[in-house]
Amino acid sequence: MAVITGVTCPVCGTFCDDIELIIENNVIVEARNACAMGAAKFLNYSAHRTKKPLIRKNGELVEVSMDEAVEKAAKILVDANYPLMYGWSNTSCEAIRTGLELGEEVGAVMDNTSTVCHGPSILSVQDVGIPSATLGQLRHRADLIIYWASNPWSAHPRHAERYTMFSDGRFEGSTWKSYLSRLRGVMSRKKIQRASNLVLKQDFCFTPQVEEGLPSSVHQKRRRTIVIDVRKTRTADAADCFFQVEPGTDYELLQALRVLVNDGELDVDEVAGIPIETLEQLADLLVNCKLGIIFFGLGLTMSKGKHRNIDAAINLTRDLNKRTKFLIMPMRGHYNVTGVNIVFTWQTGYPFAVDLSNGYPRYNPGETSAVDILSRDEADATMVIASDPVAHFPRAASKNIAKHPLIAIDPEVTPTTMLADVIIPPAFVGIEAEGTAYRMDHVPLPLKKVVEPPETCLSDQEILQRILQKVRELRRDMN
Amino acid sequence: MTELIIKNGFVYDPLNRIDGEKMDISIRDGKIVESVKEKANGINASGMVVMPGGVDIHTHIAGGEVNSGRLLRPEDHVKDVEVKTALTRSGVGYSIPSTFTTGYRYSKMGYTTLMNPSMAPLEARHTHEELADIPMVDKAAYPLLGDWWFSLEHIRDGLIEENAAHIAWMLQATRGYAIKIVNPGGLEAWGFGRNVHSLDDVVPHFNITPREIIRGLCKVNRLLNLPHTIHVHTNNLGKPGNYVTAIETMKCVEDLAQGDKPVIHITHIQFCAFKGSDWSTLSSGAGEISKYVNNHNHVTLDMGQVIFSNTTTMTADGPFQYGLYNITGNKWVNHDVETETSGGIVPFKYKRSSAVHATQWSIGLEIALLIEDPWKILMTTDHPNGGPFTSYPKILAWLMSRAAREITLSKINKRARKKSLLPSIDRELSLYELAIVTRAGQAKALGLKPKGHLGVGADADVAIYNIDPQRLDISKEYKVARKAFKKAAFTIKDGEVVVKDGEIVKPVTGKTYWIDVSTSMPHEINDDIKKKFREYWTVEYENYPLPDSFIHSSFPIPVKAEV
Repeated sequence: MAVITGVTCPVCGTFCDDIELIIENNVIVEARNACAMGAAKFLNYSAHRTKKPLIRKNGELVEVSMDEAVEKAAKILVDANYPLMYGWSNTSCEAIRTGLELGEEVGAVMDNTSTVCHGPSILSVQDVGIPSATLGQLRHRADLIIYWASNPWSAHPRHAERYTMFSDGRFEGSTWKSYLSRLRGVMSRKKIQRASNLVLKQDFCFTPQVEEGLPSSVHQKRRRTIVIDVRKTRTADAADCFFQVEPGTDYELLQALRVLVNDGELDVDEVAGIPIETLEQLADLLVNCKLGIIFFGLGLTMSKGKHRNIDAAINLTRDLNKRTKFLIMPMRGHYNVTGVNIVFTWQTGYPFAVDLSNGYPRYNPGETSAVDILSRDEADATMVIASDPVAHFPRAASKNIAKHPLIAIDPEVTPTTMLADVIIPPAFVGIEAEGTAYRMDHVPLPLKKVVEPPETCLSDQEILQRILQKVRELRRDMN
Repeated sequence: MTELIIKNGFVYDPLNRIDGEKMDISIRDGKIVESVKEKANGINASGMVVMPGGVDIHTHIAGGEVNSGRLLRPEDHVKDVEVKTALTRSGVGYSIPSTFTTGYRYSKMGYTTLMNPSMAPLEARHTHEELADIPMVDKAAYPLLGDWWFSLEHIRDGLIEENAAHIAWMLQATRGYAIKIVNPGGLEAWGFGRNVHSLDDVVPHFNITPREIIRGLCKVNRLLNLPHTIHVHTNNLGKPGNYVTAIETMKCVEDLAQGDKPVIHITHIQFCAFKGSDWSTLSSGAGEISKYVNNHNHVTLDMGQVIFSNTTTMTADGPFQYGLYNITGNKWVNHDVETETSGGIVPFKYKRSSAVHATQWSIGLEIALLIEDPWKILMTTDHPNGGPFTSYPKILAWLMSRAAREITLSKINKRARKKSLLPSIDRELSLYELAIVTRAGQAKALGLKPKGHLGVGADADVAIYNIDPQRLDISKEYKVARKAFKKAAFTIKDGEVVVKDGEIVKPVTGKTYWIDVSTSMPHEINDDIKKKFREYWTVEYENYPLPDSFIHSSFPIPVKAEV
């Protein structure tokens, strides 16, 4: 039995690096400190995986040698006029670097999953910039935390514990005590209710607490958390205060807050379903904190308004910096989606949707982004790595992926691999192969190799390196 | 065993006091040697200038802030693209070129060694990943340590030796080259949106002043025997009247100097040489600064010259960048790093028509020309803050030719022209002096022994330019010289010809230098840092230091510390 400490968790953008794994006979038997999502991956990653390369022959996927699969993949890429190479956010930066070299060699369009997630956030950053920080800065200093259209309790389960409301920093402490007492209040109310149901045989109703505006707890001198969302999430339950926005009106709410923090006045009774008096109190709260942070999620980037929502959110943050210190950060999903933007940018200048078909990087999201290229049926071959676009792209785009040769580098069985012509299953990065990945706040951390991969599985980087080598050989032979 | 001989060039090698002598340079296995065999490959450099490869002491080319700048500015890249060739990777420019393009463009100008001056220790892994993708040059990075909580606490408590040992750990952990200090105290204050405004302001929550930080780290630097001095970006950068702060900063370590050895490097001095009480009364503090530097030997400077261009400013000085954002209303990136530092990015356009920008342009050149000893003032633009590094040949032209300066002067804002000291300065730098400010002086200030000269044993990094000093009067025909400096006739890296006629002929990867300091108490320090790790940072102790295998062509320089 071996205990490996300080393991990074290759699941979400929180990218916890304090996981302890217990390994017996090359199998992970226990994952300490991991959340449910992390533990599920560490303990079950190998349950349903492909172990050997497959090629579609006469409509059937048949097992082949690595060399044959690599050669076939290389041939597809060399023969294609306008190949698309998509995915990348669940693999290491080392693999991405090699992937870009391959993409350049074959004149591919390189796109990653941010194209359908925080792509609008990136467009916004390119419009107005972004005042942000590393997560530790917020753990130490943030006294006002806003989760806007994001639900870390379910999607980034350890975010609050490691970096925000339940973390202890130099200048601000954890608020777990007040959370517990609130929880206790709720529990005892429920108990009384149940008891009264049993004894009185009738529903006992508390008169709901009617508070004027915001609950008093948000004015306490401690770290406070606010959730703004279209529905009451688990995160909202844990927060000091929750604002329910009418769906599709985040933009109005953000702009209204901008007016209020700039001491303007609004001649309406409510915005986004929230009374102006309450919003005025919220604006005061924003202005009077020592350091505030907005974490925003896909509820903002992928709802009506898209990057204009983010423009408004970042502009609100910019405005607030005239009055206090305020920061903003996107809640990135995959563990290395930040890294893929970073590597794309340092090699090509652009974070996603990079068209290398002209021999130099060209960037025009909407034209050079994967969904658009596929919807117009322009890509005559697709390579997907560490992603599953067929399950997530619009139907027309998925249909066109299937129409042309498709290479999938993925250990999982997914709708994409099921349609693929070549499947090369790699080792799981962060478990069976090492590398580097970037946390959502741009902090780079090592991905560790803790167990040996099956003999037939190479790392993503090695596979790409082999394809690149083969592509160069084929090109040489052609000349 | 590969040999190469550069024949009949006019050699400018100031560290060996060779001033335009016609001689051969012999190279074997990447090093300069006495002589090589007759049949060695030869480069005919007759009628050309031969210099050591260029060295840049301060250029933001890699890491978190540089890359955020790249991401921020697609409009910067779209008009300046590099197409993939059989030898080279594709990329984009202009002010923040992609990594490969950065390496190629420097190499085409005859540069072979670059120093990346600002690396947040927590994000060192990022900087080194990018450095690995910068081909053609040797490189190193300076970790930002002036606002590191350990530094602040140790120096406040008078624990200089303790701090020295911790910084030794940090240099090793981040594979760093020198101690970088940016707006000391100000970055910590910026954590809560504040700043410090003089050397004696107290840093909130830490009860320490910028003066104490600079002096403390200067002592630490000496205890560690680091080859470079502390590398300081002063307080109050970019504010009218800040030349006083710059002089006070130099003064505050005057007594720590031993002999004539410099103990402080003030970087991009142009940005710290503003006189006047506000922007409307802005004038040049170059006279005062150069007077001080002419009378003191404990300081080296680099220019931070401004180029009239559309560039991208980026520094670890978060509050300064916020100020710049307030002035311009431009897009603004801020990136604070827990327990260590901050950072900011704002695109910026320097215009000839602006009195302030034109005065800044003038200040940089004034300082470079008024400081008599060229070993004390090195040529940089603080790339990309003053302008992109590709403008270096322009600056050389201004330095070597009064006529070149006058032409630009005639085009700038009238008010700035009236105030400029440049018309009163006749000095024109010779090729020998240009070799000092672009390579010899830079390598000397860095303490980088195998660089910046062509003596036996030096690294065979050589730049050959198509300038015939016997026929060409560079002061009159500065345009010819400028063109020659833009495209080196040959660049030789580690004994191999990598650039010919300004084009890459052989892509190579360079070394990454870092300082491996040995102290007497590495284990105690390890334990101390480990103990506080979870309290200070949000990553685990074991994931913080970079393993040697991570560094591309790692080249440690061993140093023995006095602690």
